[in-house]
Amino acid sequence: MEFGPIWRASMRNKTGIVLIVLQIAFTMTLIINSVGIVEENAKLLATPSGIDEDNIFHLRSSAYDDDVDARLIIEEDLRQIRATPGVAAAVQTNSVPISGGGWSMGLATAPEEGVEQVLTSVYMVDEHGVDALGVELIAGTGFLHEDVVWNDAASNWPSKVIVSKAVAEAIFPGDPTYGVGETVYIDQNEPMTVTGVVERLAAPWPGWELVRERAILVPRQLLGQSHLYLIRAEPGRRDQIMPDIETRLAASDAERIIQNMLTMDQTRGRTLDANGALVNILVFTVVVLVSITSLGVAGLTSFNVTRRIKQIGTRRALGASRRQILRYFLAENLLFTVIGVGFGTVLAVAINFWLVESFSVPRFSWYWLPITMIGLVAISLLAVLFPARRAARVPPAVATRTV
Amino acid sequence: MRVASRLADGLELFSYNLGLALRNIRRNPVLSGLMVAAIGIGIGACMSMVTVNYRFAADPIPHKSDVLHYIRLDSWSPDQSWQGGDRPPPQLTYVDATALLEEKRAFRQAAMSGASLAVESDRRDEKPFFVDVRATTADFFALFDVPFRYGGGWSDEADAAAEQVVVLGTDVNDRIFGGRDSVGETLTLSGRVYRVVGVLDEWQPSIRFYDMASGGGPGSEIEDMFVPWSLIVAAEVPRRGNTNCWKPLEGDGLRALLASECIWIQFWAEFRDTAEREDYTSFLDAYVNGQKELGRFPRPLNNHATPLMDLQREIGSVPTEAQVLLGLSVIFLAVCLLNTLGLLLAKFLGKANEIGIRRALGASRRTLFQQYLVEAGVIGAAGGVLGLGLTWLGLKGIDGQFEDDLGAFLQMDWKMALVAVVLAVVASLITSIYPTWRACNVQPAAHLKAN
Repeated sequence: MEFGPIWRASMRNKTGIVLIVLQIAFTMTLIINSVGIVEENAKLLATPSGIDEDNIFHLRSSAYDDDVDARLIIEEDLRQIRATPGVAAAVQTNSVPISGGGWSMGLATAPEEGVEQVLTSVYMVDEHGVDALGVELIAGTGFLHEDVVWNDAASNWPSKVIVSKAVAEAIFPGDPTYGVGETVYIDQNEPMTVTGVVERLAAPWPGWELVRERAILVPRQLLGQSHLYLIRAEPGRRDQIMPDIETRLAASDAERIIQNMLTMDQTRGRTLDANGALVNILVFTVVVLVSITSLGVAGLTSFNVTRRIKQIGTRRALGASRRQILRYFLAENLLFTVIGVGFGTVLAVAINFWLVESFSVPRFSWYWLPITMIGLVAISLLAVLFPARRAARVPPAVATRTV
Repeated sequence: MRVASRLADGLELFSYNLGLALRNIRRNPVLSGLMVAAIGIGIGACMSMVTVNYRFAADPIPHKSDVLHYIRLDSWSPDQSWQGGDRPPPQLTYVDATALLEEKRAFRQAAMSGASLAVESDRRDEKPFFVDVRATTADFFALFDVPFRYGGGWSDEADAAAEQVVVLGTDVNDRIFGGRDSVGETLTLSGRVYRVVGVLDEWQPSIRFYDMASGGGPGSEIEDMFVPWSLIVAAEVPRRGNTNCWKPLEGDGLRALLASECIWIQFWAEFRDTAEREDYTSFLDAYVNGQKELGRFPRPLNNHATPLMDLQREIGSVPTEAQVLLGLSVIFLAVCLLNTLGLLLAKFLGKANEIGIRRALGASRRTLFQQYLVEAGVIGAAGGVLGLGLTWLGLKGIDGQFEDDLGAFLQMDWKMALVAVVLAVVASLITSIYPTWRACNVQPAAHLKAN
């Protein structure tokens, strides 16, 4: 290709080349420094919960009359809910996966102080817990009705526990039976026997990396004035039974307020809205910026074509074909864009190092560099196609008009 | 006299240049429109992010923030500091808040915590609903200059006697009493009868700034109702907000919490001058030393009376994501301005003949330069106005991404609007210096030969 003459010719108009190179370089800098943030937040948004999200919803029922028998209310409520047509399973719990609020505790293999604790989230359920969450039991068994401990104090842990695979792997690394039958200690010295292991169960906090996949189920029911019910509908019947449940509960006892009736989609939205916002803002910004840059490249090339109409005509008169003219402008653009992405790579990586150091921005995956480079070159070539074709249509006769 | 006439000349020249600029812009509507669009989009992106950052750093109560101080005592565990840092924990224990209230050493002081109550209607068919409540002491309203529409706050005596009185927010007064003067009327909250003593006027600080340690960030709103602090104990008003403990509770229920080392109370004090502030800090140190003799406060002395804005910088500071987005939006603006520069070059190329002729007819470079800069300024101002509109849209778009209503938080004020237009004009002038300079250096002879 005729890069030599192109380079010498473009050196006569340094402004044009500087403008294109800078636009491409800045665009690349912005894209590269956005992808790391987008990747990290998209990953958080997609945190798998392990539960049957499509069919689960939950609600909070609060009594405002303080002398009530909480256990009686809970048992009656659950009886009502489970009897509603379309309900597959239901449970009273203290927290919901991905909801942003819950309990965390340390588990240890010995009751002494100084033993390393494995932090995990805690879901308090009854014998319907595994079924209601729709989690997959991969070892051991679930809870029995007689395992359930009722209390309202922060002590008296039950004697059984079901752990998520991530918890089992943290406490019993390399154990093929995932520690089923072993004893773990919660709250320093309360022993619990591992009776079952579930494939996956997410903690309430997707942003807490250490605990994200760690959760345990304990057969324990908290008393109190406010009760959180998690309900799994039969497939496809969730939206239909949500109002049914609300009417039933409201009718059964007037001294209560039902709040926060949410599907898992809504729960995710509430917990992770800032992450979603960040992804959307950055993707939108990148799309707009790439459009502006390609318009700018097209405009500058168009300006170059206008400026060189006579020169093009002369080349055509001296025998250059339309294809050669077209190729000339494409090659010129390729040269500028390659310089732009080269300069852009240096700038983007330098700024990214600084952002990672000072703002603990997540580092981008390396493969985004070649993807962005190739993408920008392709878009830039597409952008000059229109003005380059205009140049190719310049008739040789232009050369003969005025000087 | 001479100054006045020179000023008049200058004005006349400016208005002549302005007229020329407007005519030029009209003659070249597409290129001018593209330039306005490029500047507008760049300013819109940049100013949306500037506004977000500015709002995070903004003073929620500018006329008083320097006298309001947040009180913290280091009552934390002997084994570790609060979150491993060198700051004291963000809230107080009930024991300490009670002691500070009883001593009453500051000009004004208030202890407070979030709470929640159910509003019950007399009518059976109306469903009860929960409201957000702040339980606090009498000084709260004077401390934060809370505006009242009807009535007022309650007295120290009402606090002491745990009177069941309530101050209503505007919205909840509209909902329950149809917006009328409800002072003196009663309402049932979680099974107890309260008497309304005051109704707030519109009070919308950008965030619930007095609650920064316990959830008062962006999107947080002022509570619906306010009740006397002592009702937390006397009426067992259910609390809301963060509670942190380093020691297991001894026993069950509220009594155990009140006697515990758990922190859950926010405490604010107003000092009229630095002397008062210093007196108060030495009082705090003396108090903590006294408690040390009783076996509490195992950590070294670390008491803080922090001015509101310092606290905001420390706890509710601008999130790094917002800062990074601001940086990226500056790059975005730079690309838009490079685009404008290219457009200007194209525009002046089209005018080379005109410029050549005007130069040949005697127009000086200086005159031409001034004229074209005025034109660039006009385009910049138009871009700034477009940018303002896009900033508004951008903030709406950001608000729409969140579950919480951030409308009150993500608001532009006249300062931001002014910054947007000035930034647009300055950016446009800087951008046009090089193309204008090049255009004015056109050799007249080259353009007089033909045509």
